[in-house]
Amino acid sequence: MAKVEAEVGKRPEGVLGGLVKWIDDRFPMTETLEYHVTKYYAAKSFNWWYVFGVLAFVVLAIQLITGIFLTMNYKPSAEEAFASVEYIMRDVEWGWLIRYLHSTGASFFFIVVYLHMFRAMLYGSYKKPRELIWLIGMLIFFVLMAEAFAGYLLPWGQMSYWGAQVIISLFGAIPVVGDGIVEFIRGDYSISDITLNRFFALHVIALPLALIALVFVHIVALHEVGSNNPDGIEIKKRKGPDGVPLDGIAFHPYHTSKDLVAILIFLMIFSAVVFFAPEMGGYFLEHANFEPANLRATPEHIAPVWYFTPFYAILRAVPDKLWGFILFGLSVVLPVFLPWLDRSRVRSIRYRGWMYKSALTVFVITFLTLGWLGVQPAEGVYVLLARIFTVLYFAFFLLMPYYTKIDKTKPVPERVVYHG
Amino acid sequence: MAKFKLIAPLAVALLLFGATQSFAAGGAALEHADIEPGNVASLQRGARNFMNYCSGCHSAQYVRFSTIGEDLELSDEQLSENLMFNAEKSFETINVSMPGAAAERWFGVAPPDLSLIGRAKGADYIYSFLKGFYIQDESPTGVDNTVLAGTSMPHVLWELQGYQQAVFTEHTEDGVTSQHFEGFETLTEGSLDAEAYDDFVRDTVNFLVYIAEPIRSERRTLGVWVLIYLIFFWIIAVMLKKQIWKDVK
Amino acid sequence: MTEDDADRIDRNRRHFLTVAAAVTGAVGAGFVAVPFLSSLKPSARAQALGAPVEVPLGSIQAGEMVRVLWRGKLVFVLRRSDTMLATLGEHADKLRDPNSEVVEQQPEYAANDTRSLRPEWLVVEGSCTHLGCAPLEDFQPRPVEGWGGGFFCPCHGSKFDLAGRVYKGVPAPSNLRIPPYRFVRDDLILIGQDSGVA
Repeated sequence: MAKVEAEVGKRPEGVLGGLVKWIDDRFPMTETLEYHVTKYYAAKSFNWWYVFGVLAFVVLAIQLITGIFLTMNYKPSAEEAFASVEYIMRDVEWGWLIRYLHSTGASFFFIVVYLHMFRAMLYGSYKKPRELIWLIGMLIFFVLMAEAFAGYLLPWGQMSYWGAQVIISLFGAIPVVGDGIVEFIRGDYSISDITLNRFFALHVIALPLALIALVFVHIVALHEVGSNNPDGIEIKKRKGPDGVPLDGIAFHPYHTSKDLVAILIFLMIFSAVVFFAPEMGGYFLEHANFEPANLRATPEHIAPVWYFTPFYAILRAVPDKLWGFILFGLSVVLPVFLPWLDRSRVRSIRYRGWMYKSALTVFVITFLTLGWLGVQPAEGVYVLLARIFTVLYFAFFLLMPYYTKIDKTKPVPERVVYHG
Repeated sequence: MAKFKLIAPLAVALLLFGATQSFAAGGAALEHADIEPGNVASLQRGARNFMNYCSGCHSAQYVRFSTIGEDLELSDEQLSENLMFNAEKSFETINVSMPGAAAERWFGVAPPDLSLIGRAKGADYIYSFLKGFYIQDESPTGVDNTVLAGTSMPHVLWELQGYQQAVFTEHTEDGVTSQHFEGFETLTEGSLDAEAYDDFVRDTVNFLVYIAEPIRSERRTLGVWVLIYLIFFWIIAVMLKKQIWKDVK
Repeated sequence: MTEDDADRIDRNRRHFLTVAAAVTGAVGAGFVAVPFLSSLKPSARAQALGAPVEVPLGSIQAGEMVRVLWRGKLVFVLRRSDTMLATLGEHADKLRDPNSEVVEQQPEYAANDTRSLRPEWLVVEGSCTHLGCAPLEDFQPRPVEGWGGGFFCPCHGSKFDLAGRVYKGVPAPSNLRIPPYRFVRDDLILIGQDSGVA
């Protein structure tokens, strides 16, 4: 291991070495690379749950680049938006591919981010001293939801228009200031060209800037404390004579080479969707959105895009407009408090008791079922199911201080479990 | 690997949910269109059908004749002689001469542009719609449709299909009486027999699905090459990873 | 095998695989760049809008000029009268490039005395080669001033003759551009497309 690292850490010679020194005298280039990459040590026991962070980064890059090229041809006006998307799909060379990469990327962003968040729940990555990383991550999640919501209005299809109409109207449920807020968001008395233009500005500039800044801060916070691992132990507690954690390996070249494999598998799945099923049965590109927005005709089923449906199901489960809105908001915000709701002395699920394992299993089933319920019509047995699973969703969080405290945990090992 | 275990069944589940959504507004089940996207002859016939029977009222404003010519293997002469009735240059789009405002007055609603109907409604819906016209004396056009009740569209293809009657039975449940569609009965014969009419409609639907996304076949071909490249790259990456991780104990 | 031998094989294999991965990745990156860069090329709509323009000639009198737009650019079509053609060669000594030696300014078939396919018809871009203003017609000869007729650019005073050739001593550096064009029939030209033959 020392051999590999010694080669990676060697100073380049000759002209290149001279250039590196010139830069280093004026900018902390090598210092930064070493701190964050070549001398950043993370556990050798990382499993595949640990790739979703870098995959999220890859998807962000895809969205930024494809987004820039889409913006070169898209027209953000109510008259021209829909036609400009078809222009991109048919007249712009390779426009169809750029569009599909962006629409598929939006859905995959949420798949990856949900799995990334789930890893934290598996291994207690939000627990002290990593609470701030989790908080910043939750902020990223909120900004991502706003970014996706704003972006979805832009094609100005039937679902774009009516989906936005429904969700923005929700804020009208807030007493006293609700209607004022709704008009403020829209910038007009109903969703119009004005709304479209400002959502375009948010989607293309404001929110991406916020996203990039937050991702940067997220990584800095992570590197300050060091990464967690599947066993939930602090590898910095046991260091070798050279100051390197005994269970740690340098991010480059070990984790980078492993991440490359993961990225390629991800790209295979991603490409399969882009080239063979970009509509994904109407979930990634909704059928109704191939019709231009018609202010006089509402589509039969209005549902938000699939990645919002768990929370939407909770909203609809409550038979009161205001309380539905409140619980909907709470369901999104509650995970923020996980670092403090979780009273277990143990981080990783590997060493937790049956209570947490059962609770987390129920939570996963709940989240997926709520998501499925969100696309069903709100009638018959679906209503009852949505209410039951809403209760289960909140129970997972609100009862957590209790069941994590009394849960019987297993002894945590001194060193990470790694089988090579 | 955990990723496969989660994503694959999730993707399958999503696809299955999508597949269950082929029911018409009125609740009548849709007939399966069984189109062949790769059948160029069928697409050519569908293009001819569309231009002759549909383009009088319906535009396909995002579709260029030149695109159709390239994909359907038609020469410029074949295009201009058989398909281009109003257009002069092959780069022009399929526009309609009927003014939108007049159309609204005559039909109550302007006939929608059909560039994307193949993706918005799907092949089965359009197929069943074009086969679903039946005599309804009270209607201003004299017909109604089992797929879209109250449609303003007349039975444009009546000469080919003839006219049919829809048979309904009444069901009363909990004091609510509803009509249940049983089937069609032929009233008058058209110039095509039932099978030939089905083929005619199928070709037309095939064309409509094609113009909704002309790039479809090229995208699928390219996808194969992309996956081959990624698999090749992945194999090298796996070998590299294993080699680098050799000294991790 | 000694430990050193094993190390060397490992290091070589690692080096080979790293290079293989890097090359594969670079090739992939090259392939990915193609769609994005290609999307910047003129789209099908731009090509449609930029298609060749037909100009019927039947109603244009001798000495008369029409203006048409091709690819957003102004093009003059002038039917030169016999007198105009007669005076064409007279002021060659006052011209900067009388023999159309700057090849970028006209297709091969317009590199002649009249800078056109047929002497009677001048097809020329109405864009001054100085900074792009549209030159004005000034066809009346003024022998006292030594002016044989041609075009005058109001922006900075550049002057061109009846074949679009630029005079010396004016800001414009070169002759007015001749666009590609051809005769479909004797009374119909197509601007933006030539027959492909020199």
